[in-house]
Amino acid sequence: MENHTNANTSAVPDGKDPSAFLSEIIGVPVTVKLHSGIIYKGSPVSSTKYSDLIDQTGELQSVDGYMNIALEKCQEYVNGQLRRTYGDAFVRGNNG
Amino acid sequence: MADAGEEEATSVSEPLDLVRLSLDEIVFVKLRGDRELKGRLHAYDSHCNVVLGDVEETIYTIEEDEEGEETVKTIKKQSEMLFVRGDSVVLISPQAPS
Repeated sequence: MENHTNANTSAVPDGKDPSAFLSEIIGVPVTVKLHSGIIYKGSPVSSTKYSDLIDQTGELQSVDGYMNIALEKCQEYVNGQLRRTYGDAFVRGNNG
Repeated sequence: MADAGEEEATSVSEPLDLVRLSLDEIVFVKLRGDRELKGRLHAYDSHCNVVLGDVEETIYTIEEDEEGEETVKTIKKQSEMLFVRGDSVVLISPQAPS
């Protein structure tokens, strides 16, 4: 991943801390893998040029301190196979 | 909560806001142990403890017959009201999944 934001001057001079990374990828299509092996993808739908239709799709909406995650246009993969899609999904953090 | 309340009513600034917007709506809840629930969300908290009404629970089990052939079996249960402890929650979605 290219890093365009080295100007982020926090306690860490060079790189950045994990939570800074997470807040940076809000609104970006992501893949989330749980302990169970289930994968949740916010799929990058090709029509993101119509991004004025609210936020784009398949994106990380928000993360909190527990790593609870809100995803849009979420696809659920079990054993590599698409099982379901959700318009919105809340994924609980701590899924050990 | 004097000034923070009003504009937060409809926005999603933290993940649990997505759950808050689903109060009194039908939600899909995926649980550990291959279980799923669909019902009306009456209440939740930060642990993801949830209270659901008019719930349909689906349990997926793998059955093995004499030849060792495995088939997925689904069991459905109806409940008027359920309290679900948050630690078994994996995912909550406002709409029924497709």
